[in-house]
Amino acid sequence: MNFIDYYKILEIGKTATPKDIKLAYRRLARKYHPDLNPKDLNAKNNFQQINEANDVLSDPEKRKKYDEYGENWQHAEDYKKAEQNQEQSSNHGEQRYTGSQGDFSDFFESMFGGTAGGSRKRQVKYRGEDFNAELHLSLIEAYKTHKQTLTVNGEKIRITIPAGIDNGQTIKITGHGGQGINGGPNGDLYITFSISNDPKFKRLENDLYTTADLNLYQAVLGGEITLDTFNVKVKLKVSPGTQNGTKVKLKGKGFPLYKKEGQFGDLLVTYTVKIPTNLTDKQKSLFTELSEF
Amino acid sequence: MRTKKLIPVNEFCDNHHIETSFIDSLQDTGLIELTKLKNSLFLETNQLQQLEKILCFHYELDINLEGIESISNLLQQIDYLQEEILGLKNKLRLYETS
Repeated sequence: MNFIDYYKILEIGKTATPKDIKLAYRRLARKYHPDLNPKDLNAKNNFQQINEANDVLSDPEKRKKYDEYGENWQHAEDYKKAEQNQEQSSNHGEQRYTGSQGDFSDFFESMFGGTAGGSRKRQVKYRGEDFNAELHLSLIEAYKTHKQTLTVNGEKIRITIPAGIDNGQTIKITGHGGQGINGGPNGDLYITFSISNDPKFKRLENDLYTTADLNLYQAVLGGEITLDTFNVKVKLKVSPGTQNGTKVKLKGKGFPLYKKEGQFGDLLVTYTVKIPTNLTDKQKSLFTELSEF
Repeated sequence: MRTKKLIPVNEFCDNHHIETSFIDSLQDTGLIELTKLKNSLFLETNQLQQLEKILCFHYELDINLEGIESISNLLQQIDYLQEEILGLKNKLRLYETS
């Protein structure tokens, strides 16, 4: 556990007045507040640090203790014992900004016992913190509506994942975030889906993309091929004279539409014409004969 | 029929120790929408999160109403851009080899 320089965190000197501390805190809180920096984990960590620094430096008793024991924080235990004897109670102090209750460093907990000092100026009911989680799915899993059990903060939650969920899409599970403060409602759980690429199919929104190989004879003369769609095999007629890179669209054979049962996107098939290699002498002579027409 | 969960504005203000005039000014700027029923004003619960964010900006970060409006617009733009980035990333996956 390392010593934390709270003065450095608030970018102030050791002689800073309470007003300097307040101003520095406000300035940095406006810079790093999680609501002003959505999805920025660095900002969240910085915000927790400045909250902690403010918690200590804006409270005269804590600041005194910190200044006294600061770098020798290991002696804080002795201080705590002496403090217990005095049975002090501190019922004053600045309100901490919301969104990071309970997030204190080991250093803070070792020195001050782990909770924000002082009670709130206002007993305000706040929603609990929102939690964010990422869930990885394969493309096949995203194709069908299915249930999954997640463990969030030791609590098991069974969720239904609707077919057609998109890569990067976020769903909200109401009330499964952090506990509300002072009787406020619980926060929400946000789950962002990360859907891995499939070796055979690519997906863009509700359409699927795949390739199908044609041999030279099928491409020149036409014919019929069997193609794997995502869930069934289909027979496809190939027109004579099909060029390499020709695209065909199979309507309704793509990905299910999110929360729209029975509706599907399209499957777009790109033909790849395979030119024969390792020809026998006879085949070579036949191609030569053809080329002379 | 969709049912709405409503919270009386007075109750919300009492709980948060704020003036109702602040909520009125938020409605005037279009940052929140209130529902009027029998001469009383109500908030929809789905606006709670946004409103608590605004309260935090105003009362804790000392940001005035004009600042909150600008921030809200910028946050909306961030949301829009993040959605656009996600769409483009997903499009890019078409060309990636798995």
